[in-house]
Amino acid sequence: MLNKNIYLILIISLVFAISFWIGFNVNLLPAEASINAPIYDELFKILFIIGLIIFIGMTIAVIYSLFKFRKRNDQIGDGIALEGNLSLEIVWTIIPSIIVLLIGLYSYNIYDRMGGMKELNHNHEMMSSNTEKIWAGISQNSDNEIAINNLSIEVSAMQFAFLFNYPKGNFISGELHVPVDQKVSMKMESKDVIHAFWVPEFRIKQDIIPGQPTILNFTPTKVGKYPIICAELCGPYHGGMRASIVVEEESDYNEWFNKNKKPEVNL
Amino acid sequence: MTISIDPQKTNNESLQPKGWLRYFSFSLDHKVIGIQYLVCGFLFYLIGGTLASAIRIELASPMSDFMPRDVYNQVLTLHGTIMIFLWIVPVVNGAFGNYLIPFYVGARDMAFPRLNAVAFWLIPPSGLMLVASYFVDGAAQAGWTAYPPLSITTPQSGQIIWILSVLLLGGSSIFGGINFIATIIKLRRPGLKLMQLPMYCWAMLGTSLLVVLSTPVLAGTLILLSFDIIANTGFFNPVLGGNVVVYQHLFWFYSHPAVYIMVLPAFGLVSEILPVHARKPLFGYTTMVFSIMGIVVLGLVVWAHHMFTSGTPPWMRLFFTIATAFIAVPTGIKFFNWVATLWGGKISINSAMLFSCGFIINFVFGGITGVALAQVPFDIHVHDTYFVVAHFHYIVYGGTVFIIFSSIYHWFPKVTGKMLNEKLGILHFIITFIGFNLCFAPQHWLGLNGMPRRVAEYDPQFQFVNQISSLGALLMAISTIPFLINVFLSFRNGKDAGDNPWNALTPEWLTSSPPPVENWEGEAPLVEEPYGYGKEISEQK
Repeated sequence: MLNKNIYLILIISLVFAISFWIGFNVNLLPAEASINAPIYDELFKILFIIGLIIFIGMTIAVIYSLFKFRKRNDQIGDGIALEGNLSLEIVWTIIPSIIVLLIGLYSYNIYDRMGGMKELNHNHEMMSSNTEKIWAGISQNSDNEIAINNLSIEVSAMQFAFLFNYPKGNFISGELHVPVDQKVSMKMESKDVIHAFWVPEFRIKQDIIPGQPTILNFTPTKVGKYPIICAELCGPYHGGMRASIVVEEESDYNEWFNKNKKPEVNL
Repeated sequence: MTISIDPQKTNNESLQPKGWLRYFSFSLDHKVIGIQYLVCGFLFYLIGGTLASAIRIELASPMSDFMPRDVYNQVLTLHGTIMIFLWIVPVVNGAFGNYLIPFYVGARDMAFPRLNAVAFWLIPPSGLMLVASYFVDGAAQAGWTAYPPLSITTPQSGQIIWILSVLLLGGSSIFGGINFIATIIKLRRPGLKLMQLPMYCWAMLGTSLLVVLSTPVLAGTLILLSFDIIANTGFFNPVLGGNVVVYQHLFWFYSHPAVYIMVLPAFGLVSEILPVHARKPLFGYTTMVFSIMGIVVLGLVVWAHHMFTSGTPPWMRLFFTIATAFIAVPTGIKFFNWVATLWGGKISINSAMLFSCGFIINFVFGGITGVALAQVPFDIHVHDTYFVVAHFHYIVYGGTVFIIFSSIYHWFPKVTGKMLNEKLGILHFIITFIGFNLCFAPQHWLGLNGMPRRVAEYDPQFQFVNQISSLGALLMAISTIPFLINVFLSFRNGKDAGDNPWNALTPEWLTSSPPPVENWEGEAPLVEEPYGYGKEISEQK
């Protein structure tokens, strides 16, 4: 009996060790290029490790049962008439409930750190002037003072392109340029069908909906050029609906901005 | 309440064609209807599988070069619609439900045999109509979700035929659901208590409740959508002041429970198969019943987790995260119980057992990614990517389709009186299991790294992994060959099975194979312990 328990403990520790090792050493995610990304990857790592423990554990249990309890040729009759075990049932109801609840609370915390739980209506610079209702999106560090200094961009999506309007510079670009380490605030609206704005390296996505503006705030942290991908089926060229976001040093960004800026037209 | 058999009906039966011809007739025999569902479903599975192969061929290269882009969207729409509404739902509910439920409750037929036949005969015409829409003016191309405004702006005829077809299939599903509820509640043999029913009855009771509660919502939604398309109303058309997100709420109010409509019957079937081949009682019968009902209740209040990026208020996201994650608890209980059923048994390693164990492993994997997807911050990155495609194929293919195959190996001797060939069966399992995992496991990585779903072209850096996936799909296509050979050869000259080759205790095995028209020559047996393996009743056999 003691021997059996030792083997069990040994196997469980081995499953945990393998899961933790894989969880910490195997990277399945693209580069981290926004404030959101490391937060997301932290959640991913935890879920990945818990998932591996359960999956490896269950797989071992199934394969072990198939070998250990397989019917030998000389055997006749049935297995043991075991119909259930109440304490075991309670254990495997309560433990998963606690795990699931903890994961839920933890992901709430992650989501809050990403800015998902913030009220969106009153902090957005472009929103203050009208009473139009905005649905959801991610809104980071949306204190009022910061919000006013934000870089505000209006995104319009159509079959099959994104257009980025810089109201302060009075110009429209097909490529999104943003300075590194500054909060960007986007108001997005679609001209035809539903599209989605997704930057895998930023771990953010928000649908762009006709007749219903959405906002998305993010802070890029790494200089580089990343793809913007439409993630919602929008027609035949959906797969080709892509754009780029260029994250650059502030001086480079300002140079680009001033080059494209159109003079104000005074009426 | 007792219901006597109408003598009129028995006379009608004798007028119906005999032999194989009855499978092409408006038969009222639940066993004939069950086989009609199964064979019809399998033919559509072959069509849906051909479409899946076309998708994987297109995705073997990063350019859109195999078919035109709009045809690609039609193919993916038809693939999803056929696999869900014409293969999985009719087969796990209609086919096995019709064949088994009257046996399990000790009845001679379903409660409403004519409604039952109508429910089946709605399927072939709507399925053919759906496939034929491709040749009219192109099939629907807005995905099986048919989100407006895309579904309003794409060519109309295909979309309208799609709506009509799905409405008919939904009607068929509702008829079936009502019939199962009535049969399980009202047609039980006198003396048979609810808590003595085989687990598949409970699964079908739960599933049918979901069908009856949620399918009418889909029907209503699609009728409103068809008004928007034909009559230029503005329910969902933003140009006319409609709201596109309302459609998504209504659609997923059905289509999330639809996932449970596809997996709960599979949970029931595997609960029948494992005890027989492990020679052990089903572990934790009562908790299994409660967890099925728990899944039914929770399944109705989680739909908005499909819409975390659509524009939903934060509190709603939080509620649906917690509710969704909690479905893992009753589902987890069932999986622990199945492993406990295997534990200490005398397991025959045959095709039915292997497919069931493959199901456990695949579904646990799909369930884990499901709990991850329920978390809003996690979902925001991978929503609408190949990660989601991989996840739901692990649930519906790795889960339900594996159980459909397992069930065919288990009940083929009952239906035909012949055994299937075990060597070909195990070959079928090995190719399917390897092909399936090779096809869908790499897609998780694709989704995490930036490949959205429903695309005909993609970033060339993903080509190698997509080709592995396509190779897996090729193996899956090949795997149907040993299966089909096996079924045809065994049907013609397979080994004689006898009445009860597995020494099973559930009531369908306590009659001849194949069973007579009214299921038993004499009175239906009273089976109080359908899982009494290892007990005296089993040893008497």
